[in-house]
Amino acid sequence: MCGIVGIYLKNKKFEKSLGKMLSGMLNNMESRGPDSAGFAIYKDESKKLYKFSLCINDLNFNSFKKEISKKLKKARLAQISDHVILKTLEQPKKVIEIINSNFPKVSIVGYGRSIEIFKQVGNPKDVVKKFKLDSFSGTHGIGHTRMATESAITTDGSHPYSTGEDECLVHNGSLSNHNNLRRKLTKKGSVFNSENDTEVAAGYVSNSLSNNISLKDTLTSGLKDLDGFYTFITGTRKGFAVVRDEIACKPAVIAETKNYVAIASEFQAMAHLPDVNNAKIFEPEPGIVYSWGN
Amino acid sequence: MKLDLKKKKLREINNTLQNLDNKKNDRDFVIINPEGSHALCAGLNQEMKVLIKGHVGYYCAGMNQKAHVTIDGNVGTGVAENMMSGTVHVKGNASQSAGATAHGGLLVIDGDASSRCGISMKGIDIVVKGSVGHMSAFMAQSGTMLVCGDAGEALGDSLYETDIFVKGSVKSLGADCIEKKMEKKHLNKILALLKKSEIKNIKPDSFKRYGSARKLYNFNIDNVSSY
Repeated sequence: MCGIVGIYLKNKKFEKSLGKMLSGMLNNMESRGPDSAGFAIYKDESKKLYKFSLCINDLNFNSFKKEISKKLKKARLAQISDHVILKTLEQPKKVIEIINSNFPKVSIVGYGRSIEIFKQVGNPKDVVKKFKLDSFSGTHGIGHTRMATESAITTDGSHPYSTGEDECLVHNGSLSNHNNLRRKLTKKGSVFNSENDTEVAAGYVSNSLSNNISLKDTLTSGLKDLDGFYTFITGTRKGFAVVRDEIACKPAVIAETKNYVAIASEFQAMAHLPDVNNAKIFEPEPGIVYSWGN
Repeated sequence: MKLDLKKKKLREINNTLQNLDNKKNDRDFVIINPEGSHALCAGLNQEMKVLIKGHVGYYCAGMNQKAHVTIDGNVGTGVAENMMSGTVHVKGNASQSAGATAHGGLLVIDGDASSRCGISMKGIDIVVKGSVGHMSAFMAQSGTMLVCGDAGEALGDSLYETDIFVKGSVKSLGADCIEKKMEKKHLNKILALLKKSEIKNIKPDSFKRYGSARKLYNFNIDNVSSY
């Protein structure tokens, strides 16, 4: 099981309601994944600032703010439940090092110039409410509801997985060669924080993109290198892409109107979207990469 | 009678349709606001007409007997799965495994059907006005599949005794599925199905016939790679 959803806006008019559209999609996919949920929203892209999505777990926000401000000058922090969005002019490498060596309780969920990621264990409806997804604006977003299979129900085991700047990936399915692939990618310098198979797929995509291979070519070669069954949605700063393995047991349906493109595991997830009944609705064909905005 | 899924629960609506009073003559129903619900109209077992206005989810009209269900929209996985009799007409596209394991009745899909259409079909007639995806008629045992568009990879893989007719191209045939000679009785069968599903302007002889080579019926060491 697991539910995956994504929405990409073609019309700026809808940007204010992106969060509302996405939260409805996640709520409707509760039946496919009641264990944990998460979402990535792309918003307010900045040329200078980097944003870090952090899960501070049970750490006190004010004391974290005080401590991190000593290490990172001019850092701006905003708290939403147990997640914090940290904005800074410093380079990612330095920030990641500071967080990892000083705050062992804090996990870095993702970073980039545009992406903000929130994920947590629990029922999707509660997770969406907790992070106030309804109030988010943005250009595009993806989300996931998880029915845990191959690894534990933890924050680290929740999707989306982000293994590169402004990149993220959600997955419905399971991979059978993830341990081998993890070892190979670790040798090439990739860092993994969980035992989860999806994180390996995300790492595979990031590694390929960092070698200047296009997203389309990356996902096409992934069809050979990733063994298992899957529907993936990969988010980037400019848009997202969808691919299903060649057997295509894992569902996906796309609805496209002149204002947006929505993708979900089931039509149920998008039944509330504006004008969806007049949308062009189709299933992505197996083994073919579909992308928007990239 | 109008049934609104925004006002009534799915179970209530299915219950009403599954337990119609034999003496009641009102057997015409319209369901609105399906919003992708699963198992809508599953298990109907009496003569009735149901029109669903909108897109539905999985297993719509599954196990159908005698009822005539029309879906004015797209359907999810397994529409009319295990149907015994009656008709199911999808005006939009169908997701995977349409008509799976069905024993009888007629399933008409105006749009395309995706992968594994008619998997393990056991007597149903399936008419697809568009194209079908990969592994359609996989392990099909009986019945007829008529495809007016194209067929994806591995059509009729491990086929038993279903007649498959395709008008367009076939990407590839599955194990033990071969093109067969079209005879008069097959043309008549196609004509009857075209008529039943109200398709005009297509000639029966524009289809090609595919069926089982019957080489996988009994174990043969020479065919071991195909099993």
